[in-house]
Amino acid sequence: MSAAADAPKSGFAMPRARAVKLTRWAIIAGAALFLEIYGRFFADPAFMQPVSAVLKALIHPILSDPRILQALGLTIFEIGAAYGLSIVFGSLIGVAIGSANLPRKSLYPVILLLYAIPQVSLMPLVVLIFGLGPAAKIFFGFSHGIFPIIVNTVSGMRNSNELFLRAAGSMGASRAQIIRHVLFPNMVPSFFVGLRLAMTLTLLGVILAELYVSTGGIGYFTRLYAESYNPAPLFALTGVLAAIALAFNGLVRIAERRLTPGLRAAPAVKTPKGNNPEGTAL
Amino acid sequence: MKSENAAQRIIQFAFIALAGGAWYWATAAGKISPLFLPRPESVWNAFNRLLTLGQFWPPVRITLLTIAQAYAIAALCGILAGYLVTRSKFATEAVEPIIAGLFTIPITLFFPMFILFFGIGTGSKIAYGAVYGFFPIALSAIAGLGHVDERYLRAAQTMGASRLETFRHVLLPYAFPVILTGLRIGFFICFASVLGGETLSSVSGVGRNIALAAELMEPARMYAWIAFVILTAVSLNMLVTALENHAARRAGRS
Repeated sequence: MSAAADAPKSGFAMPRARAVKLTRWAIIAGAALFLEIYGRFFADPAFMQPVSAVLKALIHPILSDPRILQALGLTIFEIGAAYGLSIVFGSLIGVAIGSANLPRKSLYPVILLLYAIPQVSLMPLVVLIFGLGPAAKIFFGFSHGIFPIIVNTVSGMRNSNELFLRAAGSMGASRAQIIRHVLFPNMVPSFFVGLRLAMTLTLLGVILAELYVSTGGIGYFTRLYAESYNPAPLFALTGVLAAIALAFNGLVRIAERRLTPGLRAAPAVKTPKGNNPEGTAL
Repeated sequence: MKSENAAQRIIQFAFIALAGGAWYWATAAGKISPLFLPRPESVWNAFNRLLTLGQFWPPVRITLLTIAQAYAIAALCGILAGYLVTRSKFATEAVEPIIAGLFTIPITLFFPMFILFFGIGTGSKIAYGAVYGFFPIALSAIAGLGHVDERYLRAAQTMGASRLETFRHVLLPYAFPVILTGLRIGFFICFASVLGGETLSSVSGVGRNIALAAELMEPARMYAWIAFVILTAVSLNMLVTALENHAARRAGRS
């Protein structure tokens, strides 16, 4: 926590970090081993299959069936499209609301109110309006993802230090220059918090809609496997989707590390003990 | 200052009036098919019909009970896990990233498994809501309990406090604000995931009724249910915010 306390034992920093990492992997491996043994010897095969059977199912029905591959590809496309739309419209609306006092104070509460609505209750409506195809899923992902981006853009612009603004103003910066050189760099960290949250919620929205529409896409296959008590391909498909979700989250992390002014200057390698406190923020 | 406040209120009011007016105008002029957006009065009538026919309270009761059970499990397990993990710094560093990493995967993905294991009754919704609510509560409990100042702990130890006493009088008060944030996030996640679970696959509850009304092409009834859910969530949110502001003001004064 405090640099001063850790400084004297810096010689032990590397082995300790490695031990932490090893323990972490040991826990994961232990869980996998437990599931393998439990699935193989104790569980009812209609509900639970060992990890090895799931891996076999991953190769055979999941990754070799062109219909499933197509559904997976469509899901990736939907997530990308929904996320792209969220970023474009979220940042535009966020900048429009956050740029001046009056719209911020009057419309920001409205946005927060809309953000608090449990959107799952609107899912049947979205499907009713947009149909069973990808449009409903893209819209549902978009409507989930846009709010954290708006909220964090606005709060990022608000948090700009008054002192910087006044300094820039007294040095004769124009409004455009203030936005470009003061407001914008100041907004970046908060904006990325929004981007990360938006990715989580976009994934949630797209997957919820995918599961709800069970006549095609991923939802059809998950329902098929769950209702025919065929857990191995169900687990494998879920695993693939989880990997896709992790990959999308990883992309956002990489973009954040590359593009945030403060983080770019300090490579993570210098602090082996740091286990990224940012990771805990939802 | 006063006129600025008034201007904000006017803009907010205008915004809501505009949305309501657009709804009224579009449905009255027949611009939108009533299948997608029924008239406000038919939604109101549908809501009244739900009440008079006694179709309103049974699903609400089931959903509320499901949420309460799911949330109780999530809160207990989350705080317990946070406490156990933070007993050593090593365990915190090893386990916390696993929990945080799992939480970045949308747990909705695993919903078909919950159906497989627990059936389509309330059991699967309780489990799903509990697992979804567990993560934010556990993460905040780890963040809160894991960063208690060493000196307080050592002082309590020197003065001969038992484990329970240390937890009750040192750890809990110190970590409480952080845990409270997690409990709040966890509650709304629990709320939304139980509703979502009911919408996805269920035999009863509010979410099921929304999906059923959509499947039966009864938009007025669907809108009545949706309006009920939205009003409940928004008023709960406002209540929690007001309580937090009240607590913050009291803490600031004392």
